[in-house]
Amino acid sequence: MTETAEVLLGEGLLGVFSDFIDELRAGGVPVSTTEVLDAMEALRHLPIEDRQATKLGLAAALVKQEGHWRTFETLFELYFSLQAQGLGTMTGDGVGGEVTNLGDEQGLTASELAELAYKALMEGDPELMAALARGAVDRYADIDPGRPVGGSYYVFRTLRQLQVDALLARLLATADQAGGLDGLVQANDYRQRLGLLRDEVEAEVHRRLVADRGAKAVARALRRPLPEDVDFMHLGKDELATLQRTVQPLARKLAVHLARKRRQRRDGRLDFRATMRRSLSTGGAPVEPRFKAPHRSKPELWVLADISGSVAAFARFTLQLVYALSSQFSRTRAWAFIDGVDEVTDFLRRADDMAHAVHCINTQADVIWAEGHSDYGHALSDFVERWGRELTARTTVLVLGDARNNYHAVQTWAMAELARRSRHVWWLNPEPRAYWDTGDSVLAQYGAHCTGVHECRNLRQLRHFVEEMP
Amino acid sequence: MTTTSTPNSRFESPHAVNQSLRGVGYLADEGIAAVVFLADRLGKPVLVEGPAGTGKTQLAKSVAEMTGSRLIRLQCYEGLDESKALYEWNYKKQLLRIQAERVTKEGETWEEIEEDIFSEPFLMPRPLLEAIRATDPVVLLIDEVDRVEVETEALLLEVLSDYQVSVPEMGTVKANQVPLVFLTSNNTRELSEALKRRCLFLHLDYPTVEREREIVLTKVEGIEESLADQVVRTVKLIRVLELKKAPSVSETLDWARTLVLLGVSHLDTATARETLHVLLKHSGDIDRAAKELVAVRE
Repeated sequence: MTETAEVLLGEGLLGVFSDFIDELRAGGVPVSTTEVLDAMEALRHLPIEDRQATKLGLAAALVKQEGHWRTFETLFELYFSLQAQGLGTMTGDGVGGEVTNLGDEQGLTASELAELAYKALMEGDPELMAALARGAVDRYADIDPGRPVGGSYYVFRTLRQLQVDALLARLLATADQAGGLDGLVQANDYRQRLGLLRDEVEAEVHRRLVADRGAKAVARALRRPLPEDVDFMHLGKDELATLQRTVQPLARKLAVHLARKRRQRRDGRLDFRATMRRSLSTGGAPVEPRFKAPHRSKPELWVLADISGSVAAFARFTLQLVYALSSQFSRTRAWAFIDGVDEVTDFLRRADDMAHAVHCINTQADVIWAEGHSDYGHALSDFVERWGRELTARTTVLVLGDARNNYHAVQTWAMAELARRSRHVWWLNPEPRAYWDTGDSVLAQYGAHCTGVHECRNLRQLRHFVEEMP
Repeated sequence: MTTTSTPNSRFESPHAVNQSLRGVGYLADEGIAAVVFLADRLGKPVLVEGPAGTGKTQLAKSVAEMTGSRLIRLQCYEGLDESKALYEWNYKKQLLRIQAERVTKEGETWEEIEEDIFSEPFLMPRPLLEAIRATDPVVLLIDEVDRVEVETEALLLEVLSDYQVSVPEMGTVKANQVPLVFLTSNNTRELSEALKRRCLFLHLDYPTVEREREIVLTKVEGIEESLADQVVRTVKLIRVLELKKAPSVSETLDWARTLVLLGVSHLDTATARETLHVLLKHSGDIDRAAKELVAVRE
């Protein structure tokens, strides 16, 4: 190991490497000491000149969860690629070409840049793309040295001035003309290339920022919560899309988890035949009794989701979860409520995708009874009256909401009845625990009847719930 | 902890790995090549995770073929235990031995018999022990490791970190060589930290358009380049939809083969819609994709 350290030190990399690890940990990626040692060992073997292989190899040793990849990649670029070029400038090798290159594009006029952008997006040539990014950042980003920012504004400014939206519209129009399948495929390509261009511009801006203030400062400014730590209540549009991809496997996990729990139980009756068969290995003495696997009926999952305005962002996520669940469990039923309650199982089952399902629920489900502000008391009592009889000892009920009742009657009897008729009632609340039972929140009164009440503000907490649920 | 005392160098560089994998018909990308290279150099197992049908199992098979090793496969399932994964004593043989002993020699003590019946000839090695004891080059594939319970995972830890198996009656069996180990997971549950820490991690996603096109061109006979291009780009379009089951690489290949058999040289919306059932297996998914494919016309 010391040998590795020496090699790294020799190249002035050890310091950078440990800073890099620190920043990874600060970003929430769990990196153990063993993994750090592995990564150092990996650096010794990997061909440093092959940047891509080095990056992917290091990732294999350090990042053990797909969701952490983006954090790793951003930091790797900051600390190694960009930094390495910074070092290069000092020693004067390798980067010279790039500098002159920059000089060339500085002379580009706005119209030339626009033309270059059109060509780059049309052909998707990576070199053209990189050249365009450099030119555009030179001309438009107008980076203010020394300011402690992560540069997303510079990226935004550059892209806006490049008028990428207009460009995309122009490209999409040509794709439309092609028509049919070809047009569709082309349109998809253009959108993707625009994403690539965005990445290039971002990388270029980061490069300049690192040159200005060093990797550490930029990394700190760029620190963002991992996808699993983003609060459901503050989800952006992009994050919702990411969430969608994460919720699906989570629903599958929940399904597998419930099914597994069921099969693992071994409190059935003695299986005489199997015990005798087994006893042959011990000369006829029944040392190991065998039991019949108990016959168990399938669990049913009922989900009640608050979809009122106060939890709008959470509600979208909730519906996503329910949608994912209903594709995994055959016996999932779902209800949405505000102050009235309506079953939405069929909307979710019939809809092609999430957006369609949400649209149907918002327009067709009968969830407003009086005024359209949440009224848990009325919604729950209505629910128990209309569907309570269908609850059985096999039913697990999941209630998703903030229990903010707008000072309406609480009607705890409905919750008690719900709990009495079902196997478990779990309540997931998207609010921070500190806010519970403040103002018009009546969680404690309902919670008293639930099997458990959990804070569920981000994916990490949801995953925890899914995995720990008895 | 690490087994770097016996450095392996089956491969020269990540690039060389890529070339040899290509030689056995597996088109790897840079990530795969880098991780396989490192697995060999560091003597660490590789945990391969990703959606179904992205070539996780095939990777292990191809590496075995490329290095001329024997593939030993442990298929995981719920309820897998050590007698299926590590080793088992052949009790029937042991019983026979004890009874034979009674008939032939009177004077032998119990200790002698005991020592005898808990020895090599009575041991039935299961995949993990077999891989450890092998003297010829082997690749160990532990398939769908996410299917075993968390408790059973612990069985694997000793094998994965120290390449040894402890048999209480006999002592510890150490590996003669560090085999290449691949674990695959479909991510139906979170694997334990202890297991992840011992492995290199490789996330295998659907291939890029370029790579998938190459795969189609190598695997489907008589396909024209323009059609292959259209096929993979259309599949890519379909994969971003919300589907119950996104098309895997093998389904792309099936689709391409179907189109070639049908004598299609240019894919249009009508043909694509008629043959979608080769690519997608849920009726809901087919409807959804068909709708998406005509959307542009309206």
